[in-house]
Amino acid sequence: MSEHDVLNPKEMPLNPEKATLEGKNKFIGFWFFLGGETVLFASLFGTYLALNGSTNGGSSSQELFGLELVFIMTMLLLTSSLTSVYAMYHMKNNDFKKMQIWLGITVALGLGFLGFEIYEFYHYIHHYEFTLRSSAFGSAFYTLVGFHGGHVVFGLSWIIALMIRNAKRGLNLYNAPKFYIASLYWHFIDVVWVFIFTVVYLMGVL
Amino acid sequence: MAEKSSLHPAQLDYERQKRKDEMKQQVVTFALMIIFTIISFSMVIAEIDKLFVIPVIIVLAAVQVGFQLYYFMHMSHKGHELPAFMFYGGVFAAFLTILALIALVWW
Repeated sequence: MSEHDVLNPKEMPLNPEKATLEGKNKFIGFWFFLGGETVLFASLFGTYLALNGSTNGGSSSQELFGLELVFIMTMLLLTSSLTSVYAMYHMKNNDFKKMQIWLGITVALGLGFLGFEIYEFYHYIHHYEFTLRSSAFGSAFYTLVGFHGGHVVFGLSWIIALMIRNAKRGLNLYNAPKFYIASLYWHFIDVVWVFIFTVVYLMGVL
Repeated sequence: MAEKSSLHPAQLDYERQKRKDEMKQQVVTFALMIIFTIISFSMVIAEIDKLFVIPVIIVLAAVQVGFQLYYFMHMSHKGHELPAFMFYGGVFAAFLTILALIALVWW
C-alpha cells in the first residue's frame, strides 16, 4: 500500500485502524503499554491500601469522602466511555462527522469529570486542610487519584488534538489508528476509575 | 494489506448490520454497568455488614471491568490474542504488586 493510498484511500476497509502495518503495530504496542499502565496503577493502589489508615491525627477517609459527588463523577466517566464506543462505531462506518460529534461529547463529559475532581480536591484542601503533605494517607490518596486525574487531562488533550488536527482532513488510513488508540486509552481511564471508586471511595466510607 | 481491498456489496451490508447489532449490545452492556454501579453504591449507603459488602463490590467492579475490556475495548473480537496476552501479563504483575504491598504492611 503506497503512501498516497494510505492518505487517500479509494475505499475504506472494514477495519481502517488495522489496515496498515503501522496501524497493526500501534494496536499491539498500545495494548502492551496498557499492560504496563496496569502495573503502575497497581503499585499506587497497593500503596494506598497499605497507608490509608495512617492519618497522622488528621481527617480520615470516613470524614472526608462524600458519595454523591463520586457517583456523579462515575456516571460522567462511564457515559463518556459509551460515547467513545459510538465514535469508533462511526469511524468504522467511515462517517467522519458523526465520529467528531461523538468524540466532542466524550470530551465534554471528560471535562465535567475533571471539573468535579478539581472541586473535590479544592474542597479537601480548604475545608479539611487535607493535603499531599498532611499524612501518609493524604500522600497515597492524592498520588493515586491525582495520577488518574492526570490521565484524564492527557486523554482529553490527546482526543482534542486529534480532532482539531484532522478536522479538515477527514478520515484516512493514517489517522484512523490514532483515533482508535486514543479511544482505547479513554476506556482504560474508565477501567482504572471503576477500581478507584470501589477501593478508595466505597471502601473508604465503610 | 491482510484486509480485502474490495468487498461484495452484500458482504458489506452484512458487516454493517453486524456492527449495528453489536452497537445495540454495547448499549445493553452500558446499562448493566450502570446497574452494577448503582448496586455497589446503594449497598455501601445501606450500611450492610462490611465483611459482606467489600467482596461483593470488588466482584462487581471486576465484572464491570471485564465488560469494558471485552465489549467496549473489543477484546471479544478475533485478532486480540497478543493484546490479551500482553494485557493479562500486566494484570498478573499488578496482582503480585498489590499482594506484596499489602502483605508488607500486615507483617
